[in-house]
Amino acid sequence: MSAAALIFALLGLAVAAFLVARARAAAFAGRRVFASAADRISSIHSRPAYHGWYVALWALVPALILVLGWSLVGEGIVADRTIASLPAESRPQTALDRQAFLAEVRGVVSGQLAGAFNPSADAAVPVYRSIKTQWSLVIAGLAALLAASGGGFAWLRVRPHFRARPRVERFVMVVLVLSSLVSILTTFGIVLSLIYESIEFFRRVSPFEFLFGTNWSPQTAIRADQVGSTGAFGAVPLFWGTIFIGAIIAMIVAIPLGLMSAIYLTQYAKPRSRRIMKPMLEVLAGVPTVVYGYFAALTVAPAVRDFALSIGISNASSESALAAGVVMGIMIIPFVSSMADDSITAVPAAMRDGSLAMGATTSETIKRVLIPAALPGIVGGVLLAVSRAIGETMIVVMAAGLAANLTANPFQSVTTVTAQIVQLLTGDQEFDSAKTLSAFALGLVLFAVTLCLNIYALSVVKRYREAYE
Amino acid sequence: MSSARIQTDWASPVMQARVRRRYAKERRFRFLGLAALALAGSFLFFLLGTIFSDGYTGFLRTEVKLSVEYDAFELGIDRSAIEGAGGENALNTANFQGVMMAAATARAQSLGVAAKDIVSDGAWLALREAVRENPDLIGSRVDVWVPTSGDFDLLGKGLVERDVPEANRPVSDAEIAAFDRLKAEDAVRTTLNTTFLSMADSTSPELAGIWGAAKGSLLTLAVTLLLCFPIGVMTAIYLEEYAPKNRFTDLIEVSINNLAAVPSIIFGLLGLAVFLNFFGMPRSAPIVGGLTLALMTLPVIVIAGRIAMKSVPPSIRDAALGVGASQIQVVFHHVLPLALPGILTGTIIGMARALGETAPLLMIGMRAFVTDVPGGLTTPATVLPVQIFLWSDEVARGFVEKTSAAIMVLLVFLMLMNGLAIYLRNKFEKRW
Repeated sequence: MSAAALIFALLGLAVAAFLVARARAAAFAGRRVFASAADRISSIHSRPAYHGWYVALWALVPALILVLGWSLVGEGIVADRTIASLPAESRPQTALDRQAFLAEVRGVVSGQLAGAFNPSADAAVPVYRSIKTQWSLVIAGLAALLAASGGGFAWLRVRPHFRARPRVERFVMVVLVLSSLVSILTTFGIVLSLIYESIEFFRRVSPFEFLFGTNWSPQTAIRADQVGSTGAFGAVPLFWGTIFIGAIIAMIVAIPLGLMSAIYLTQYAKPRSRRIMKPMLEVLAGVPTVVYGYFAALTVAPAVRDFALSIGISNASSESALAAGVVMGIMIIPFVSSMADDSITAVPAAMRDGSLAMGATTSETIKRVLIPAALPGIVGGVLLAVSRAIGETMIVVMAAGLAANLTANPFQSVTTVTAQIVQLLTGDQEFDSAKTLSAFALGLVLFAVTLCLNIYALSVVKRYREAYE
Repeated sequence: MSSARIQTDWASPVMQARVRRRYAKERRFRFLGLAALALAGSFLFFLLGTIFSDGYTGFLRTEVKLSVEYDAFELGIDRSAIEGAGGENALNTANFQGVMMAAATARAQSLGVAAKDIVSDGAWLALREAVRENPDLIGSRVDVWVPTSGDFDLLGKGLVERDVPEANRPVSDAEIAAFDRLKAEDAVRTTLNTTFLSMADSTSPELAGIWGAAKGSLLTLAVTLLLCFPIGVMTAIYLEEYAPKNRFTDLIEVSINNLAAVPSIIFGLLGLAVFLNFFGMPRSAPIVGGLTLALMTLPVIVIAGRIAMKSVPPSIRDAALGVGASQIQVVFHHVLPLALPGILTGTIIGMARALGETAPLLMIGMRAFVTDVPGGLTTPATVLPVQIFLWSDEVARGFVEKTSAAIMVLLVFLMLMNGLAIYLRNKFEKRW
C-alpha cells in the first residue's frame, strides 16, 4: 500500500473517530433529565466537538508520524535490503553504480522500463518487489495498530467530566509553535548549507584569492589529461559587475524616476488620476523578472548596441551592462516609488502646511522641507532597492552575458554574481568540484551582503518612523 | 527700529519677475514629476505592446492543403484492424509518416522544393487523428489541411522580410516562390494553433506547446499552496496572538523579516543543497519546486496574515473573552474568520509571485527539456517562466513568437490571480 493511500485511510479513520466520539459526548449532554439549566451546562465539561477532536487526534497523529517517517526513510531501507540480499559479486560497487542500479530496478518495478539492461538488476527486481511489499504491509499494520490503540485509549477517556478542550487546545498550541519554527529552520538551513559548501570550496581555493583575485574563469579540467585551465576563482570582476549593473546603472534609472513619480503621486496628482497611475506602477512591479529579461535581451540590448555603434564605440557588446542595468532600473522603479511614497506621507502635515503658509510654492516645499525631512526613509528605501537589484537573477542571466570583465564601460559585457551562480549550477558537473562549489561561495557572499544591507536599511527606516511618531 | 525696514513692494517689476520665475520653476518641477510617471507608463506599454505584437501570432498556425491517399497497404492497417480489439495499437504502429511523406513529396516536387520545406515534422499526427475519428477514410484520397513547416509558418504570418538578401534570412527564394504559388491556389490558410495550447515542449517551434509547462506550474503551485498556506497562517496566529515577548519570538520575527528579503536564487541553492543532495529527492520534480517556492512564499503569507489580524479590533477579542471563550476559541472562532479575506489576498499575491519565479527553479533542475505533459508530482516537469527562459534561448526564428505567446499566457494567469485578490479585498475588507 502506498504512503498516499495509507494517509488517506488514516484521515478517513480520523473523521470517523471524530464523528463517533462527538456523538457519544453529545449523548452525555443530552441523555439525562436535568433539574435545571445550570445542571445541564455543568454536566459536561467540554463541548462534544472537542471530545471528537480529542479522539480523532489520538487516532491520527501517532500513525501519521509513523507513515510520514517511513515515506522519508523507507525507500533507503528497501534499497539497502535489496542490495544486501544479492550475491556479493553482483552488488554494485561505487555509489554511482548503486544509483544507476537502483534506478533500473525501480524503473522495471514501476513499469516504465520494459526490462533492465543490467542482468543483476533484472534479478533484483522480484527481490525488491517482495521486500517492498513486505515492509509496506508491516508499516500499514503498525499504523493500523497505532491508530486503533490511540483512538481506543482516547475513546475510553470520553466521559462527561473529561477535560477534552484544554487538551485539544494544548495540541493546537504545540502545532502553532512548531509551524513558526519552520521559518527559523529555513534560515538556519540556508546559512548552514551555504557555509558548509563554502568551506568545502575554500579548502580547494583560498578565501583570499576568491575575495581579492581579479581573474575569473571557473572552467576546470574534468579529466586529468585534459589540456585546460586549472580554474581561476578571483571573484572581484563579478562583484564589480554586480555593483555596476545593480547599484549604479539601475539606480541611475530608478532613483530619479521613482522619486519623481512618488512626489507627483503624493503631492500633485488628483485622487482620480492617482487611482489610475498607482495601479500602473503596481503592474510594473508585478511583471515577472523573466519577462523583463526577455525584453532586455530581445529589444533593449540590440537597440543599445546599435546606439553605441552609431556614436562610434566599436567594441560595443550585444550583451551590454547598460541594457541589463536599464531594464533592471525600470523593474525597480515601483519599489523605489512606493518606499519614497511611504516616507513622504509620513512627514507630519504641519511641516508641509507651515511651509506653504509662509508662501513657498509646492515645489519649494517639496525640495526644501519634505525631502530633507523624509531623506532617511528615502535612503533606507533606496538601500532596500539596491539589495533587491543585486539579488535579481533573470534579467542579468538573459541580458548581461558571462564574460567576467573588469570594465567601467557600460557598452561592454560584464557578469554578475547571480548570473554566474546560474551558469555554474546548470551545467553537467559532479557535485563536489571546485566549479560547482564556487556557486555556493558566491551565494554566501550574496546572502551576507543583502542581509547586511537589509538590516541596515530597515533600521534606518525604523529610526526615521520613530522620529515622527 | 523696525521702521527702518522697507516693506517689500510685490508689485515692483523686480519682484514680479521673481514670482514669475518661481512659478515657472514650480511648473517645471511638476512637469518633471508627470514626465517620470509617463516614462514609467510608456515603458510598461512598450513592454506589453512588444510582447503582444510579437506573441499573438504564436496562437495561430499556418496549414497547407494536401491531397492525401490513405492507402491501406502503405499504412499497413485496414478498417477492421482499427475497429478490432487492438485498434489503438494498430493506429499507433501504422505508417502515417510514410503516407504523409508521399503526399508532401508529390506536392513539393510540383513546386520545386523538398517535402520537409512544406510540411511540419509532426504533420502526420493530423492524419492519424483524422483516421481515428473516421476509419472510413482508409482507402480513399481526400484533401487534408496539415500544419506547415516552420519556414512556411513564418511566411504565412508575414514574419519574413522578403527584401533582405537570401543569405540573411531563414527562408530561401525557392521556398518563397513555392509559398506564393500555394497562396495563389488558396492552398494555405491560418487557423488557431491547438498544438500550442495542448502540447508540451518540442525542438521544432511549430510543434511546441505551452500546456506541459502550464500543468507543471499548476502542480508546483498546488504543492506550494498546500504547504505554505497552513504553515504561514499558523505562524502568523502564533506570532500575532500568543507569542510571549522573549528572545525566541524575536528570533522568529527576525528570521521571517530576513527571509522576505533574501534573493530568490538563494532559496534555489537551499533547495539544491538540502532537498536534492541531502534528502535525495528527484531532480526537476514539481514536488521539489513546490517545496522550494513554499519556503520563499512563507514570509509573504506570514506578514500579510499578521497585518490582517492586527487590523481586527481588540474589542472583538475582549468581547469573546468576556462571554467565556478560551484563548484558542477567540482566535479560531472570531479573529481568524474576520482576518481571512486579508490573509487570502496576501496568499494570492504570494502565489502570483511564486508563479512568476524562475531563478530558484533553475537551480533545482526544472529547466529540463520535457516533451510530455507531466503526470505527477515526481515526474520531470518545467514551469511557465522557465519555459519562457528556455524558448528565449532557442535559435530558431519561430520560437520568438512562441516565447512572447508563452509570456502572454503567464501574464493572463497573473492578471487573473491579482484580479481575484483585488476583488476579495474590495468585497470583504472591513474598515473598523
